Amino acid sequence: MNTEPENALLAYLRQDRLPHIWCPGCGIGTTLNCFVRALRGSGLNLDQVAVVSGIGCTGRVAGYLKLDSFHTTHGRAIPFATGLKLANPRLKVVVYSGDGDLFAIGGNHFIHAARRNMDLMVICVNNFTYGMTGGQAAPTTPIGATQTTMPYGNFEDPFNLPFLADACGAVYVARWTVYHVRQLARAMKEGLAKKGFVFIEALSPCPTLYCRRNRLGDGVEQLKYYKAKSITKNGADTKEAGLSFQGDIIVGKFLERERPTWLEAMDKHYASVFGAKYKPWGAAYAKD
Amino acid sequence: MHFIDGDQAACEGALAAGCRFVAGYPITPSTEVVERFASRIPLIGGLFIQMEDEIASSIAIQGAAWAGQKVMTVTSGPGLSLMMEHVGFAAITETPCVFVDVQRGGPSTGLPTLPAQGDMMQVKWGSHGDYEPIALSPNSPQECFDLMLRAFNLAEVYRVPVFFMMDEVVGHMTERVVIPEASALEVTERRWTSKPPGQYRPYEASGDLVPDLVKAGDGYRVHITGLTHDEKAYPDMEPAAQQKLVARLVGKIRENRERLVEVREDHLEDAEVVLVSFGITSRVAGPAIEAARQRGVKVGHLRLVITWPFPAARLRQLAERARAFVVPELNMGQMVLEVERAVAGKTPVLSVPHAGGTVHEPEAILARILEAAR
Repeated sequence: MNTEPENALLAYLRQDRLPHIWCPGCGIGTTLNCFVRALRGSGLNLDQVAVVSGIGCTGRVAGYLKLDSFHTTHGRAIPFATGLKLANPRLKVVVYSGDGDLFAIGGNHFIHAARRNMDLMVICVNNFTYGMTGGQAAPTTPIGATQTTMPYGNFEDPFNLPFLADACGAVYVARWTVYHVRQLARAMKEGLAKKGFVFIEALSPCPTLYCRRNRLGDGVEQLKYYKAKSITKNGADTKEAGLSFQGDIIVGKFLERERPTWLEAMDKHYASVFGAKYKPWGAAYAKD
Repeated sequence: MHFIDGDQAACEGALAAGCRFVAGYPITPSTEVVERFASRIPLIGGLFIQMEDEIASSIAIQGAAWAGQKVMTVTSGPGLSLMMEHVGFAAITETPCVFVDVQRGGPSTGLPTLPAQGDMMQVKWGSHGDYEPIALSPNSPQECFDLMLRAFNLAEVYRVPVFFMMDEVVGHMTERVVIPEASALEVTERRWTSKPPGQYRPYEASGDLVPDLVKAGDGYRVHITGLTHDEKAYPDMEPAAQQKLVARLVGKIRENRERLVEVREDHLEDAEVVLVSFGITSRVAGPAIEAARQRGVKVGHLRLVITWPFPAARLRQLAERARAFVVPELNMGQMVLEVERAVAGKTPVLSVPHAGGTVHEPEAILARILEAAR
């Protein structure tokens, strides 16, 4: 991968929208680079790939990708993606959003989409904060980290996102940081090939807000922390993958399993109830 | 011919219109619509998903619309309140979709099983910012079928959220419903662009101010956003872009208002008193109007079939010779404000408010008509 010319990836972006809005040292662009590499290696027809984002810094990803892309409302990327996917099952639908969007305001949708095994790949860029609005506490903010709405340090327990995804029924769960670009790109490529609810967490620095308020230095300093404190444990028990303030980071591909997707379960069930009289929803698309 | 209630007829109207994707969340008194849809769909091809809440339902349908489907969601007051942000999303992204609201008494949980018409202003103004919705008010199971077809057609023509404003009584009232052969129905298909990818601009509008559509998966690689955007659909935060976009969003309804409005008129030729009503209240008003006419009062009836946009020009015309307007509605006075606005002080306007829970007593309406005639 090192030898490829950098501009090969630009073909996947809406170049007329550049420069992007992200701050120097922010990791969202790095995750996007990994995603584009994953797309390139996926063999997918890009006309059949759609990306859906919510609101926030990561929510802007949809606007830069040269795909069918939807920048929806705060927290609601998953239900929008659910409708998009179910209405055209041929599409590969990727939800790409931030931790606040997916797990605070959008938390209910995440747990239900995972429970249903909706055929979506959900990429969460977790920067532990609300960047777009100025650095407020998120449901992922580690205990002790200072945020504008936790000015004396956060005292709420954060979510352990891989454990949540696991418990709700996701069929693929991985966590990497933006230091682990190869692993992250590989996980995204595997996720694109996987049928069912895929969850990938990508830890990313927010130098402007999270790092600055917590005196953690710039983006490079955070990458050094990711490098020093990450422990790769493929297959790790997700219960053990909780994060603490600047503590160890368990990374890896935690699980992969098989479950029927929502559509597969519906088709199978109705075929058993109605026999030949059932008109399968996916049939119209399966022919092409 | 069928003998079904308004909720069931509304479902049949949606199916006849070509709706094959519904997302919903259970809420009284609307649930029968989606229950029927869920039971019908395995045999005719289509999809129903019960989402985790109304917020999810109201955006899942929009995802499905961008995959090319005709879509609706069905709810009642509390659910409608939760959907409001996505009414705005449908308005700014110009996503064709139908919101069915089987109205019940409010505010809040209010009267789950009993009727009201208290959401009339909410659907007009409920989402933040400026937009113009379309709303229809059926008064019978037959109209739940007929007007539902129209609701879907209007959503396709104007690309706005269309509200189907039923109420608990119309929803649960069982009457004869004639469902014509499919070939006899006028169904409006989506306005797909004829332009190839590369030339297509998602929000480039022609004379009627409504842009043509594409769907995901067809190679157009569109970007759709709830942010203010330019014709390419790219975010644009300049005041000029906001002015251009929002002016078109409201303009496509306002400039087509006279084509859109629909009323039913009865005895208006010689009317000295004009009763303005909509939905179930139009039927309750019938006996009151009859009784008044028997007493020699020249009272006419103007029923709003399409409530938004409001037929202000027709009301203004009637105000030239009417002595008074009487406006009964199952709320504390909502559409009466529109009547007052239209007649602009030229003629007295008498409200007949009712907080809901049941329909008006015809006597209460009659008393106001007689008062207006004095």
